[in-house]
Amino acid sequence: MTHASERSLTTYLTGFVLAVILTAIPFALVWGELLTGPAVYIVIAVAAVLQVLVHLVFFLHLDLKHTPGENLFFLGFAAVLIFIMVGGSLWIMMDLHHRMM
Amino acid sequence: MGEMSVTSELLEHEEKKSLDSREFGFWIYLMTDAVIFALLFATYVVLAKNSAAGPTSKELFDLGHTAGETALLLLSSLTFGMATISMSEDRLNRVVQWLIVTLVLGLGFLAMELIEFHGMIAQGAGPETSGFLSAFFTLVGTHGLHVTFGSIGICVMIGQVLVKGLTLPVRSRLIRLGLFWHFLDIVWIGIFSVVYLPGVM
Repeated sequence: MTHASERSLTTYLTGFVLAVILTAIPFALVWGELLTGPAVYIVIAVAAVLQVLVHLVFFLHLDLKHTPGENLFFLGFAAVLIFIMVGGSLWIMMDLHHRMM
Repeated sequence: MGEMSVTSELLEHEEKKSLDSREFGFWIYLMTDAVIFALLFATYVVLAKNSAAGPTSKELFDLGHTAGETALLLLSSLTFGMATISMSEDRLNRVVQWLIVTLVLGLGFLAMELIEFHGMIAQGAGPETSGFLSAFFTLVGTHGLHVTFGSIGICVMIGQVLVKGLTLPVRSRLIRLGLFWHFLDIVWIGIFSVVYLPGVM
């Protein structure tokens, strides 16, 4: 019992430190104007995706081996829905915007 | 006597199964909530530049304020984790203490958000001003509303832990509330990455 809880304490602390680092990088870049142009957006996007994964693994304890398959299936299903609806909306609206210029 | 223990064992087994399926149901709810937020994000991205000659995101956003909100929410995720760990160690008082710390951090986040909203509305940058501000208040406000309900949930769980003790259903509810709370922190990553950071550039 103590061993398992020690391990989960390390898990939470690891997740927390990684999340702090992945938050500090984009904030520092934008705050200090260290980078400009499209590169900043790429760094922000990559840091955000990595941090979402850090939260899923270290805080929500998502694990490809131990999490029930149904949970992963619904996570994947939601990801596909989000990709189609958000990607599709942005594609259509940006295209429309472009044609109106 | 033997029959009694078999019955209670069966009951406990059934209770565990029913609680497991509730956890799965709650997971499905979280995924549908993620879809709602994703669409609010899409709406915001489409409307972000449409400030209708009113105040723009660059004039309104304060990165220091956002960093403070981010710190409070991330810390509260860690302290909820500490409450979960204390629960697995059967330390009732510790669970309550960590839940109170989490609640204080969550309320601090809400206070900062309300100060920000109030300041913006006082400057004439309310949700009715432009497409950008409508989308901003809808997205960030919906997240704030979730944090509000999460905070109410923490209050309820503090009460249940104190009154009922760490029974099987109470543990299951606490785990589900934890999923909800960590989920809100994930949505906040999206908010500072999509709304605030690009907004001040």
